[in-house]
Amino acid sequence: MATVPADLRYTKEHEWARREGDHARVGITAYAQEQLGDVVFVELPKVGARVSAMKTFGVVESVKAVSDLYAPLTGEVTAVNESLARKPETVNGDPYGEGWMIVIALANPAEYDGLLDAAAYEKLIAAGGH
Amino acid sequence: MSDITPSARLKRTPLFDVHVKAGAKMVPFGGWEMPVQYAGIVEEHRAVRGAVGLFDISHMGEFEVRGPRALSSLQALTTNDVAALEVGQVQYALLCYPDGGIVDDLTLYRLGDQHYMLTVNAANIDKDWRWVTEHAGGGEWANVSAETALLAVQGPRAEGLVARLADGDVTAIGYYRFARGRVAGEPVLISRTGYTGEDGFELYVPAPRAEALWRALMEAGGGEGIRPIGLGARDTLRLEMRYTLYGNDIDDTTDPLAAGLGWVVKPAKGEFIGRAAIESVRGRGVARRLVGIEMVDRAVARHGYPIRNEEAAVGQVTSGSYAPSLDRFIAMGYVRADLAPVGTELAVEVRGTSRRARVVRTPFHPSRVKKG
Repeated sequence: MATVPADLRYTKEHEWARREGDHARVGITAYAQEQLGDVVFVELPKVGARVSAMKTFGVVESVKAVSDLYAPLTGEVTAVNESLARKPETVNGDPYGEGWMIVIALANPAEYDGLLDAAAYEKLIAAGGH
Repeated sequence: MSDITPSARLKRTPLFDVHVKAGAKMVPFGGWEMPVQYAGIVEEHRAVRGAVGLFDISHMGEFEVRGPRALSSLQALTTNDVAALEVGQVQYALLCYPDGGIVDDLTLYRLGDQHYMLTVNAANIDKDWRWVTEHAGGGEWANVSAETALLAVQGPRAEGLVARLADGDVTAIGYYRFARGRVAGEPVLISRTGYTGEDGFELYVPAPRAEALWRALMEAGGGEGIRPIGLGARDTLRLEMRYTLYGNDIDDTTDPLAAGLGWVVKPAKGEFIGRAAIESVRGRGVARRLVGIEMVDRAVARHGYPIRNEEAAVGQVTSGSYAPSLDRFIAMGYVRADLAPVGTELAVEVRGTSRRARVVRTPFHPSRVKKG
C-alpha cells in the first residue's frame, strides 16, 4: 500500500499539499507515481504564474501515460522544482520529499481545510483511486 | 491517471496467474489482459539490453497451413517470396488488402516441406483468420493460437541461458532460423527471432507446458540476472529499433513502401493480393515516409501528435516515448516524403506547443541481433 503521510492534505486527483505558513508545497502522491510508473517528463509553470484550485498547472508523463497536474490550492507560484527537468525520476523515488513540484503563496488559505485529509485520501485509493 | 478496468471478456494467457503473483500490473492490450510491467518499464528495458529478459507473448496468434497447395496459397496471400523460404527458416511478411493497405504483419515459418506456420498480432487473430481462410487458394488451415504459448528470451545472456537448458545446440541456430527440441525438458520450437534488437529466442510451447517452461527459465536464469518483462518495455525496446507495431505505425491505410517495408514486398515472385496497388505506388513514388525522430526540445511525442515544419502540418507521430537506452525522447512518424532525409528539422506539436525535433538515422540504438 502506498504511503499517505498524516500531516499532508490531498486532492482526489492524487496531488498532495503541505502547509508552510502562508504557502503550500505541492507534489503528487506515492499512489500516483506508482500508478504512472517511471516518470520521464514533468512540465511545470514558471515562478510568478497564477494557479487555481483544481485547475491544471502542469503535466507529468511516464513512459506510458500523460497526466494533468491539478493545483490543490489557489495562489501564485513562488518556487518550482527545477531539478525535475533533469531528474524527473525523483518523483518516483521521493514523491513527498525531493520530488515536490511547486510552492504556492496562498490566495485563500481557507481552501487548505477543504482538501482531503490523510484518512479520506486513504479511503479514496483503497477504493481504486477514483 | 488512466483507469484500468479489466473486463471479464479479456482473454488471458496460460501465464496469467504467474504474472499476478509476480506483482505485474495487468492491462488490456488487443483484447488480452497482459502484464504491462513488473518492476518498472525502464528497469525492465535495461535488464533486456544488459542481461536477459523473459516475455510472455502467448497472446500472439499462430496459424498452420499444410498440403500441396500451401505454398501457392501463401504466395498469393503474403508479400514476401515464400518460395525462397527453406525448411527451418523464418520470414517476415505482410498480408495486404487489394488497395495495398496492411491486414497484418507476421512471421512465417516453414515447418516442413509442405507445412508452414504464421505468427500474427494478438489483436488481429480473428480478422487475420477470416482473411486467410476466405482468400486462401487452398491448403489445410488450422488456427492453433489457443493451444500455443509463446515465450521470448531476449538479451545478451539469452543464448547462454537457453543453451544450458536445451537438449540440442541452439548456438547453431542462425538469425531467423528455428529448430525443434526440448528446453528444460519441454517440447519447444526454438526460433532465433525477437522484437527487441537483442540476440535471443522465441520459444513456442504447448499452452499446458508454458508455466513449467517459464518457471524453469526464471529459476535457471537467476545467475544471468533474468527478469520478467512486460509489454511496456517490449514497446520501448522495439521503438529503439524502429520496428513497426501494427495499430500504431502500420494499419489498413498504410502503404508498405511508405512504412519502409518494401524489403518484404517481392513483386517478382508473381501475383499476390495488393501487388498492383503497391507497384503503382512504387511507380509514382510515395507521398509520405515513416521516419525516426529525435526530440531536440525535451518533450514526449506520442501517437497522433501533429508533425509540422515552419509552414504547415507535414505529418503525424505514430509511436513515441522516452528511450531508456539513449536517455532521449524518440518517436516514429509519417512525414511528407521530401522531409524524410536524415537531419531535416521538424517540430512536434505537444499540447499546442511546437517542440523542436529532427529526423535521425535508425535504428536509434544499435541492433545486436545475431546476423549471419
